[in-house]
Amino acid sequence: MPTIPADVLSVAQLARLRIDETALDDVTDRFSRTLELVAQLEEVDTEGVTPMSNPHDMHQRLRADMVTESNQREALQKTAPSVADGFFLVPKVID
Amino acid sequence: MAQEALTYASATELSISLKTAEISSVELTEACIDAIAAHNGTVNAVVTLCEESALAEAKAADLKLRDGSAGPLTGIPLLHKDIFCTRNVATTCASKMLANFVPPYDATVVSRLRTAGTVMLGKTNMDEFAMGSSTETSVFGVTRNPWDLNCVPGGSSGGAAAAVAAGFAPLSTGTDTGGSIRQPASLCGITGLKPTYGRVSRLGIIAFASSLDQAGPMTRTVDDAALMLQAMSGVDAGDSTSADLDVPDFTAGLNQPIAGLKIGIPREYFNHNLDQRVANKIHEALNELVKEGAELVDIDLPHTEQGIATYYIIAPAEASTNLSRYDGVRFGHRCDSPQNLTDLYERSRSEGFGEEVQRRILVGTYALSAGFYDAYFKKAQQVRRLIS
Repeated sequence: MPTIPADVLSVAQLARLRIDETALDDVTDRFSRTLELVAQLEEVDTEGVTPMSNPHDMHQRLRADMVTESNQREALQKTAPSVADGFFLVPKVID
Repeated sequence: MAQEALTYASATELSISLKTAEISSVELTEACIDAIAAHNGTVNAVVTLCEESALAEAKAADLKLRDGSAGPLTGIPLLHKDIFCTRNVATTCASKMLANFVPPYDATVVSRLRTAGTVMLGKTNMDEFAMGSSTETSVFGVTRNPWDLNCVPGGSSGGAAAAVAAGFAPLSTGTDTGGSIRQPASLCGITGLKPTYGRVSRLGIIAFASSLDQAGPMTRTVDDAALMLQAMSGVDAGDSTSADLDVPDFTAGLNQPIAGLKIGIPREYFNHNLDQRVANKIHEALNELVKEGAELVDIDLPHTEQGIATYYIIAPAEASTNLSRYDGVRFGHRCDSPQNLTDLYERSRSEGFGEEVQRRILVGTYALSAGFYDAYFKKAQQVRRLIS
C-alpha cells in the first residue's frame, strides 16, 4: 500500500501529473486515507463472483463498419492549441 | 402573469399558458433572463448566459405555438449543466482545463431538448469534472443555495439545482455518477432523478465514469421531470451503451391513486450515519404514503455498506482513463513553452486540473496499475455485482 511520498510520486508519473513538493505530504495523506477506506472490500467474500464492468443486462451493440460522417477536420481542430496543415503540433520528439 | 408567477411556475403550467397565448415564450424567456440578472451575482448558478440566441429560439417557439405545431415543451426555457457539449457555446466542465473549449457539436440530450422546442438560456455551474458534492471545486467559484446563501447547494449539479430553486429556469439538465443529480435536488428542494443506466444517451456528455454516468432532469415538479425525461430518453446510434428499449410514456402513471402499491424500504439505509432530522422527515413522508393506502415492505440490501468503498475505486479508475485524453495536444489547456512531450503532458495536466480531480486521477491510476488491478479494480467490480 503506497503510503509514502515516493510511492505517490511514481503513481503521479504514471498519471502524467506533476505534484508540487509543498503539496506532497498532504496528497500522500489523503491518498492513504482513501486506501484505508477501500480496504474494507477485502473482507467481502467474492469467490467465484463475475466482475461487473457495466450495469447492462444486454450485449453492447456493434454498428456496421461503414463511413457515416463526412470529414470535419477543420471544425474539430478549431479547439486544438496548435495545428498546422491539418496536423496537431507537439514539441520535437526525435532529434 | 406577474414576474414572480412566471419564474416559479412549473413547465407543465407554463406550457398551458403558452398554448392559450396567455404569455409568449419571449416574455417567459425575458422573465428568466431578468431573474438571472437580478440574483445570479449572489447565487452564482449560471456560468454562461446565451441571451441573444435564447430570445431568437423563443421567437421561433412562439411561431410554432401559433401555428399549432408545438409540443409540451415548446417555448419552455432551460439551462444545461456545463458538462453537456453545446455547439458554439463554451463547455468548460467548470475546469481551467476546458476554459477555452467550444464544442463543434451538441450532445444528444441537448439536440433532443432543442428538437422538443425548449429555449436554451445558458449553462450552469458544477463541481470540476462533476467530482464533488457541494459545487465548491468549480473554477468559476462556489454556487450558493438560494434558500440560505450560507449553505451549499449540493453537487455536482449544484448550479442546475440552485437555478431551478432560484427561479432562473423551470428546467435544468444534470448528470449523476454517484448522486450528482439526486443530492443537489434534495438540498435545493427540487425534483431530480437519475434514470436507469442506458435510458439516456451519453453522447456529448464530458465523461467522468462511463459505466455510472447518466443524465437526468432537474425540475420543480414530478410532472415536469416526466415530460423532460420523455424528451431526453431513447436509444442513440452515437452511444452504444444507450439501451435499445422502447421508451414508455412516463406521464401515464402520474396523478394516479397509490393505494395498493408496495414500497420497499431498505433497512440498511436507516443506519447510524443517517441524521436523525433527515430520518424524521423520511418517516413523515412514509406516513403520508401509508395514509394514501400504500404498503411499506422492509427489504434487505445487504451490501449497502460497501457501496462507497466500491464507488471510490470504480469511479476514479474510470475517470483516470477518461481524463487521460487531456494531454494539451488536441483540445484543452496547454502549458507555455513545453520543453519536451512529457513536459507538455505533465505541466498541461497539472496546471489544468484542480486538486480534487488530480487526487481522483491518482487513486484511479493506482487501482488500475500493474500488481494492484486484481486487489482493487477487479475486487470492486465483483463487490459491485453483489451490491446489484
